[in-house]
Amino acid sequence: MKLIAAMSGGVDSAVAAARAVEAGHDVIGVHLALSSNPQKYRSGARGCCTIEDSHDARRAADVIGIPFYIWDMAEEFHAGVVEDFMSEYAAGRTPNPCLRCNEKIKFAAVLDRARAMGFDGVVTGHYARTEIGPDGKTLHRAVDHSKDQSYVLSVLTIEQINGAIFPLGDTTKVDIRKEAEQRGLAVAQKPDSHDICFVPSGDNAGWLRDRLGSEVGPIVDQDGTKIGEHNGAYTYTIGQRKGLGITVPTADGSPRFVLKIEPVTNTVVVGAREELAISKMKGERPVWCGPGVDNYHKRGFVQVRAHGAALACTYYFDGTLLVAELDEPLLGLATGQAMVIYDGDRVVGSATICETA
Amino acid sequence: MSGIYLDHAATTPMLENAIAAMDAQLRTLGNPSSLHTQGRHTRKDVEDAREILAKELDCLASEIIFTASGTEANNTAIKGLFWQQKALGKNVVVISAIEHHATLDPAAWLAEHEGAEVVYAPVTTDGVLDLDFLQSLVAKRGSEIALISVMHANNETGAIQPIAEIVKIAGDIAVHTDAAQSFKKVPLSFKSLGVMALSISAHKMGGPLGIGVLVLRRGVEIPALLHGGGQEREIRSGTLNAPAIVALATAAQDKTYDAAAIAKIRDDFAARVTQVVPGAFVNALKADRLPGIVNVTFPGTQSDTLLLLMDGEKVSCSTGSACSAGVHRPSHVLMAMGHDEISAMSSLRFSFGRTSTQTDCDGALAVLPSVIARGRAASVV
Repeated sequence: MKLIAAMSGGVDSAVAAARAVEAGHDVIGVHLALSSNPQKYRSGARGCCTIEDSHDARRAADVIGIPFYIWDMAEEFHAGVVEDFMSEYAAGRTPNPCLRCNEKIKFAAVLDRARAMGFDGVVTGHYARTEIGPDGKTLHRAVDHSKDQSYVLSVLTIEQINGAIFPLGDTTKVDIRKEAEQRGLAVAQKPDSHDICFVPSGDNAGWLRDRLGSEVGPIVDQDGTKIGEHNGAYTYTIGQRKGLGITVPTADGSPRFVLKIEPVTNTVVVGAREELAISKMKGERPVWCGPGVDNYHKRGFVQVRAHGAALACTYYFDGTLLVAELDEPLLGLATGQAMVIYDGDRVVGSATICETA
Repeated sequence: MSGIYLDHAATTPMLENAIAAMDAQLRTLGNPSSLHTQGRHTRKDVEDAREILAKELDCLASEIIFTASGTEANNTAIKGLFWQQKALGKNVVVISAIEHHATLDPAAWLAEHEGAEVVYAPVTTDGVLDLDFLQSLVAKRGSEIALISVMHANNETGAIQPIAEIVKIAGDIAVHTDAAQSFKKVPLSFKSLGVMALSISAHKMGGPLGIGVLVLRRGVEIPALLHGGGQEREIRSGTLNAPAIVALATAAQDKTYDAAAIAKIRDDFAARVTQVVPGAFVNALKADRLPGIVNVTFPGTQSDTLLLLMDGEKVSCSTGSACSAGVHRPSHVLMAMGHDEISAMSSLRFSFGRTSTQTDCDGALAVLPSVIARGRAASVV
């Protein structure tokens, strides 16, 4: 096949590209420039698409022996990922920008462009697997569960999965680093990137404050009694305990947690830990990564965070929303996050959490 | 490496006799600044080369300053002349809007760090400097102008600039010209141009990488960029790169560049490209151009996509300029000629050289329709 390998400048995408070449594909490396004003160097483990990263990606492509290009996707990234991140927070939800990037950039803008140019698909260094079965190509967890990235890929449609190649899903990260070493790739020991690439400082709250402004609002308990103040409701996350700055103690001295964020009134509602418990969630805009889900109640697992646990549940699609009823209650679930349904290791589909109970 | 190479303006194959001269010199011991036997031998080779180059460039041997690149030659001339004139109270630097980054950036640096005011002289839609603009600028502000720098021929379109006329308009004002693309492609005489300074680069004409020349009029003293041994008129320090200098001089004597034959291939390509790709047009078509360069706009495409697809078809060409991160940007040259941003991102430069053949031209034309079709499809997704 003729493939585009998305190369971030990290070790995973470099080995993925090398494996694709070895598998006999005709591969071209592409580095996505996602910032219109890239920094020269990476700061620690954070950020990506610095000039240094693009240099690392180019060097890896040269060592592998494939052509290399830089695609400017800064505008698409800003519109599809950064603005979504800001507006979701402003609306009191907690978005996952990596998931949005896969949905709108890597397997949309890039894949579409690649296909128009006559390529068959996109290779990435994601830790996930695909299988070909009676239902066609399906998406599965990586063998290395600690590195599994199927959660952030769960927004891919069947059409997108058909154009995606994940060569690393059968290997552990430790072995990928060894392999990179053996292949002579200088990025073998480059640190993993964490956090949000466009917030290089790692300070999400500060980053949001700079862009959304800081407006003082009340922190109230469940009765509506004001017990403190904050500088912008959007910097809080459901289930958050630290950084509330409340001086009024609870009757029994137990800690308070963020229960609810009300963006319209800029109010943060806090309460006791047990108030966080939910046993049912509903998600909007579902995407099926294989055969569709219907109203028939099925047993499976739901995952609500990128590296969270898979929670046993019963799930179904009520015609509008994807519903998961948990066997055991879960504490602190923010709307805006993705609920991803698994059938064993297979990703069934996902939706954006809009309601919890 | 197989494939069709149509990027001779980026760099062109080194001439065999230049390689041989370089190889022989690499095996010769001696620092040209040393006074002993070995040093004297190398010094003689370097000075022989200087005289050969002086003859080819129609200047005095003492006017030749060896540098490590065309970029260094430009920086030395532009910054040096500016500093010299700034001391006399002149701070305006005039450059054309279509200069290479090796001129644009030193000028911008002078503006940012040394208080220079940079005036970008516009060009016509055919990419040739607007002489009327220059005339009125000199009439109004001549006493403030430290220097004028206009390239001899543009690297993206090949359009040859009216340097002799510029010198006439400039009068007493120093004129520098970057002749990196022109040397050995079209007649070039330092003396008849009448400029104060002229830059060339060896690897654009069959010489090696890493060697350039600044021709600076005799008696003109400018502050140096590199300080040290003072080897080149105290204007440029650094041990002379004898092997590269000797190879450059050998390449400069070459007589095998057949400008008429190369222009014929170029013109054939230009005529047929507009036939095989509807809507395509050649830039700077009406200008007097270098024999080897043709710049074509393919509306509805993005040239970085075209480059990738052409490379996939084993045809090497170029888009023009790229920033340090390698992100494709609209060509400032085409923008100066009146293109909008979108159109200025839809062009490719094909450049032919000594080794180019009609077969190369035919081969590139054969793949272009399919490449453009895919490029157009990719630009609308």
